[in-house]
Amino acid sequence: MLRFILNRLVLIIPTFVGITLVAFLFIRLLPGDPVILMAGERGVSPERHAELMAQFGFDQPLWKQYADYVGGLLQGDFGYSFSTKKPVLTEFMSRFPATLELAVCAIVLATVLGVAAGILAAVRRGGWIDQLTMGTALIGYSMPIFWWALLLIILFSTTLGWTPVSGRISLMQFFPDVTGFMLIDSLLSGKPGAFWSAVHHLILPTIVLATIPLAVIARQTRSAMLEVLGEIYIMTAKSKGLAPRRVVWLHALRNALIPVVTTIGLQVSVLMGGAILTETIFSWPGVGKWMIDSISRRDYQVVQGGLLLIAVMVMIVNLTVDILYGLINPRVRHR
Amino acid sequence: MSATDDPHIGTAEQEPLGPPPVAPWRENWRYFTSNRGAVLGLTVLGLMVLTAIFAPLIAPHETATQYRDALLAPPAWTANGRAEFLLGTDALGRDILSRLIYGARYSLAIGLVVVTLALISGILVGLVAGYCGGWVDALIMRVMDIILAFPSLLLALVLVAIIGPGLFNAMLAIAVVLQPHFARLTRGAVMAEKSREYVTSAKVAGAGHLRLMLVTILPNCLGPLIVQATLSFSNAILDAAALGFLGMGAQPPTPEWGTMLAEAREFITSAWWVVTMPGVAILITVLAINLIGDGLRDTLDPKLKRS
Amino acid sequence: MALLEVRNLSVAFETAAGAFFAVKGVDLSADAGEVLAIVGESGSGKSVAMLAVMGLLPPAATVTADAMCFEGRDLLTLTPRQRRDLSGSAMAMIFQEPVASLNPCFTVGFQIEETLREHTDLGAAARRARAIELLTQVGIPAPEERLGSFPHQLSGGQCQRVMIAIATACNPRLLIADEPTTALDVTIQKQILELLLRLQAEHGMALVLITHDMGVVAETADRVIVQYNGRKMEDTDVLSLFERPRSAYTRALLSALPENATGSRLPTVSTFAAAAEDGAA
Repeated sequence: MLRFILNRLVLIIPTFVGITLVAFLFIRLLPGDPVILMAGERGVSPERHAELMAQFGFDQPLWKQYADYVGGLLQGDFGYSFSTKKPVLTEFMSRFPATLELAVCAIVLATVLGVAAGILAAVRRGGWIDQLTMGTALIGYSMPIFWWALLLIILFSTTLGWTPVSGRISLMQFFPDVTGFMLIDSLLSGKPGAFWSAVHHLILPTIVLATIPLAVIARQTRSAMLEVLGEIYIMTAKSKGLAPRRVVWLHALRNALIPVVTTIGLQVSVLMGGAILTETIFSWPGVGKWMIDSISRRDYQVVQGGLLLIAVMVMIVNLTVDILYGLINPRVRHR
Repeated sequence: MSATDDPHIGTAEQEPLGPPPVAPWRENWRYFTSNRGAVLGLTVLGLMVLTAIFAPLIAPHETATQYRDALLAPPAWTANGRAEFLLGTDALGRDILSRLIYGARYSLAIGLVVVTLALISGILVGLVAGYCGGWVDALIMRVMDIILAFPSLLLALVLVAIIGPGLFNAMLAIAVVLQPHFARLTRGAVMAEKSREYVTSAKVAGAGHLRLMLVTILPNCLGPLIVQATLSFSNAILDAAALGFLGMGAQPPTPEWGTMLAEAREFITSAWWVVTMPGVAILITVLAINLIGDGLRDTLDPKLKRS
Repeated sequence: MALLEVRNLSVAFETAAGAFFAVKGVDLSADAGEVLAIVGESGSGKSVAMLAVMGLLPPAATVTADAMCFEGRDLLTLTPRQRRDLSGSAMAMIFQEPVASLNPCFTVGFQIEETLREHTDLGAAARRARAIELLTQVGIPAPEERLGSFPHQLSGGQCQRVMIAIATACNPRLLIADEPTTALDVTIQKQILELLLRLQAEHGMALVLITHDMGVVAETADRVIVQYNGRKMEDTDVLSLFERPRSAYTRALLSALPENATGSRLPTVSTFAAAAEDGAA
């Protein structure tokens, strides 16, 4: 098992290097002079231009620039946001908890509902539950999620007034920022109504973000369960006189979860893309919205650093899922 | 009585051979059309294509004409609706139905262009990687892994940020992001087929590398590639709509469905039809393609046992 | 009274072309202490009939019989709960693919002890002890360590032994073995068959052995049932079967054996109307 983990870690290194290379090349691929681009609309005098060129090392050979860049990365220097003047890493870390909270809620919702729906559909194959869940899942991943978000807002926020339109917490609530996670901080603060406000604001964005992963997980679970239920060891379990519920939820599910875990891992990358759209619509102050705003503001150091950080986060999650897969698959764990 | 005298025992020559083999394409087509969802999807897609082609004949109005006296008119069946604007008008008084009809051209073109680009480049890259093996394969697959390490929408956004917003650039960026899927599939299939006997015999017969790759091996890898193509077609439409929505894709006044949604965003409280209609168009189109894709997967999947 | 008494069993599956009968009007019986072999080609319905007795067929299958009695109780009138109480304790079944018959995600020990947990009152320690005892009985060396093994770590023969351990855990009166050795090496085949016979003799079980191997039939069976196309062709003791086969189908089967070949061409059993041959004469 340890060898499996080390193996995975080693395989990641070239990909990691590649990601840093892509991020490094980003600014240099932009049309135009890099210093002028970074200075933005203020423009820059020739002396300042030469100064900045030397400061950022743009006059050095490309390989040296890359080496310096990686060196900076390892020290935590991901560049500076030209709009807020703060380090990119700091800005990222202040916004990441918002995205993480939303993403975790979404993936939990998607997994719980998706797996349950997939199991029900598989056990009652061909029945109305099967057709209903799979039909709904098909529609779920055929919709543009930003449109789905708008529809839900029209229905629940505007027409019915049940949910708020934007933000993470009601403007009336003030409490200290301990972890960056509204659900936890609001509970810790002990202020009346704070936790409910946090939950209230999470409902719609979570549903929107969870829709595609839910649909994909439901379909995958059904497919995996159908395959497993046709295996001989399920017949063995039944011949032992075990109750049908135990056969399905223990013997079958345990095996079907193995490919489903892989699917859940793949959905994390999809989730980040979806987060960009969801955060934009709900004005959710996470890294997705930050990236969009920075692109339109031409804050290129942020785009470069954000791209790198998000990719690294996705890579870490994929590595974790890989390891998890190794843990739950006995063929890998016990060779 | 000897065994061969018994009328109930025959020798091997008398055994019937079974029904004559059916041409594979005909069998596939028959299986595909027995799937009602797939047929429905094909029908809807066909209607979309016809709509796109005959848009100038079908659309009641021009896409750019602004009817100043009918700004934000609701759909014809509602209280204040007007019959000439079946689905209502937008903030500039343009007929939504006509814009949606012309929008079909954009969405279908986007799907076609993106899939063609991604398919051709992905297949070429995959062929080379699978066929050559060794360090060429390792290098190419690393590059593909790096592209796949980034969330696809994010990478497409950054690419568009580099090359500038616009419909064609958006298509290019999305093609780059979707291409690794084709490359991986092709490479996997090529590696599996490379060591088969029919390839060896073609080699012995004197076939050159190029002929081996394109004529001998490639036709046998088509199944999964076709299924991936339909998946990428629908992803392309959704991603292009997303980029349009974020302002990085087709630019206004282009009647691309995603761009229409970007312009509609401020009217969610006042004019629901401006928001709902373009999304429904996207949904129907993508749903049709996904139904076709599901049908194709069932037909072409070799692992599936058929009765 | 026979331990297992089945009369006029029919199993039908719904297909696009109407009902398909995998088993048509089959009678059979098995007594305690005897080995009954059911022989036939693939598709003869021999497995389906036994799966119907165990209640393991999918809901799409329609099972009808004049009687399907185990120890005098009509299985068809039992509730699902009562049926499950019998499965794994009084009646047990082992299948053809040993490695695939075991759940890859659970240890051997877990899977054996699960049967004990379901049908006995033994505590955890007692179950573990019994599992070790069972593994020893079926001839698995180092049973304490084997308890923690996963199926993919065992060979085909070892997996089949584990399956036999699971099946015999609660001392069943009836053991059905569906082609237990077909997927195994020839040398292992002999060992597994000997194990089955030994356990059968020790516990006085009725053993129903489904096979297509006439050699196995000759060496192990007391009585034989020949099935073809869902119907019973012959039902007799093993000596009579080989010396004086009454059904033409049986004669065809026997003459198709390579050992019985005369001349340069091996005869085959051509498709013949089952109506021409009316049951066990």
